[in-house]
Amino acid sequence: MRTTSPARVAAFLFAGLVLLWLILPVLIVIPMSFSESRFLTFPPKALSLRWYHAYLGSSLWLRATRVSLGVAAASAALASVIGTAAAYALNISNTRVLKLLKLVLLLPLMVPIVITGVGIFLVYARVGLLATITGLVLANTMLGVPYVLTSVLGALGQFDPAQEMVARSLGMNRLRAFFAVTLPQIAPGVLSGALFAFVASLDETVVALFISGGRYQPLTKRMFTALRDEIDPTIAAISTMLTLVSCIVAASVMLNARRSERRRRLRA
Amino acid sequence: MAAAPSRPLRAEALLAASLLTPALLLVALLLLVPLLWLVWQSVRQDGGFTLAHYARLFTDPAYGATFLQTFRISAIVTLACVVLGFPVAWAAAESGPTLRTLILALVVLPLWTSVLVRAYAWIIVLQRTGLVNSALEALGVIHRPVILVNNEFGTIVATTHILMPFVVLPLYTTIRTIPREVLAAAASLGGTPAFVFTRVYLPLSLPGLLSGASLVCVLSLGFYITPELLGGGRTYTVSMLIARNIALYDEWGAASSVSVALLACIFLIFFLAGRIVPIDRIVGTR
Repeated sequence: MRTTSPARVAAFLFAGLVLLWLILPVLIVIPMSFSESRFLTFPPKALSLRWYHAYLGSSLWLRATRVSLGVAAASAALASVIGTAAAYALNISNTRVLKLLKLVLLLPLMVPIVITGVGIFLVYARVGLLATITGLVLANTMLGVPYVLTSVLGALGQFDPAQEMVARSLGMNRLRAFFAVTLPQIAPGVLSGALFAFVASLDETVVALFISGGRYQPLTKRMFTALRDEIDPTIAAISTMLTLVSCIVAASVMLNARRSERRRRLRA
Repeated sequence: MAAAPSRPLRAEALLAASLLTPALLLVALLLLVPLLWLVWQSVRQDGGFTLAHYARLFTDPAYGATFLQTFRISAIVTLACVVLGFPVAWAAAESGPTLRTLILALVVLPLWTSVLVRAYAWIIVLQRTGLVNSALEALGVIHRPVILVNNEFGTIVATTHILMPFVVLPLYTTIRTIPREVLAAAASLGGTPAFVFTRVYLPLSLPGLLSGASLVCVLSLGFYITPELLGGGRTYTVSMLIARNIALYDEWGAASSVSVALLACIFLIFFLAGRIVPIDRIVGTR
């Protein structure tokens, strides 16, 4: 049935070109980061670790990195607890109210990020959370909840609620039944959601432009301002490291998904 | 279940409500309340009711031009994502397991890398001394650098690059469910490949296509980082208008009416697309 018609070959070639176009720009920052020159010429004329030294020697960049990682870890942890609880509630039944509430919880994905940023700025200006770590963590938690919600709802969809019922009928209370029976089975979904939320927070720029300042500015805000004013190859070094982190996280999500898939097939 | 007493049901509802409270509280306080406040601000001036902020959207040519440019960029980006993304989704669905995994990994990996990093990469590639210009000069196609960045073109290229996976993924999921027998049946009844594609394959992949295209359309309407970094001041989008009105001019009336207008456009798109594909599935791709 599979014919190798010219149209088919052409379509495959075209898809290949699009994929190259998709992946090359992501990889191009890597050689740039090892350039010796101030100027961004490709390929770099000589290789050096100059821009990595520049990064490691700058207390400003290092502090921004600590802020970013701390905020991402804290907000991912918070979002996975809050998001999992919400997903469990939404999975109880399928009423109109719950459907509506689900859409409300997905709102952060629909509202343009600039408008979200302006809104959070408004609230924080009133309650004194501007330029604080707490403010950054809360904002990124809200932005991370939808990722956990979708991921955990997906996992709950694969889970047979009768198992939790059995545990409860055998005398466990609901909380214990959840932790003993349900959570272990939806754990891959929770983990994926947490990793999504982590990466989303690490990447979040626009809200941080509005609400962060002083000592607590995340990496992305500093990068954004640096990119707008003057392009410094230190950014290439930072970008390379960020890309490496994303690759590791992406790979662990895929492995995680594959492992839970295999477990599911073994059970079936 | 119908005869179940109301007490356990009420307990269920109470449990659901308490589990939902933290998430709802967060969204309400940080998103819903400020949005309502923006709506209120957009009709207020000097302590009274006004429609002046909305009138400006129509009378001030700069505002109209900004909306027009934003919609133009969004339309081009959406079209480009569909045209470039369709063959990729198709190729993934047609390939064997190994090639399919590779294709999907290449689509998903950029999604995991920072938007800022990708914008920066496009600056490197497209600038005057960048990769594209050097290559074209070396090949003798051009003699002096072409301006590819710091304009609308650079913005469109980078935005398309960032948003394309959002078309490929739902499209691939839909295409995979198209039964091969249907295509074979259409062909055996005398349909030419072009006929089978346009009259059978395309309609069956429409839900995924619509889901991806509406998401890309909405996201590009609200994009801020790429026009700001790659637009070079010549590209001015609604998001930038909102940000400037607040950061530079402290103009809350203008910023709020523009925000409400943009939100109205976006919710209208979601509403229309939601009549065919559930909204939570559209946004779930993100």
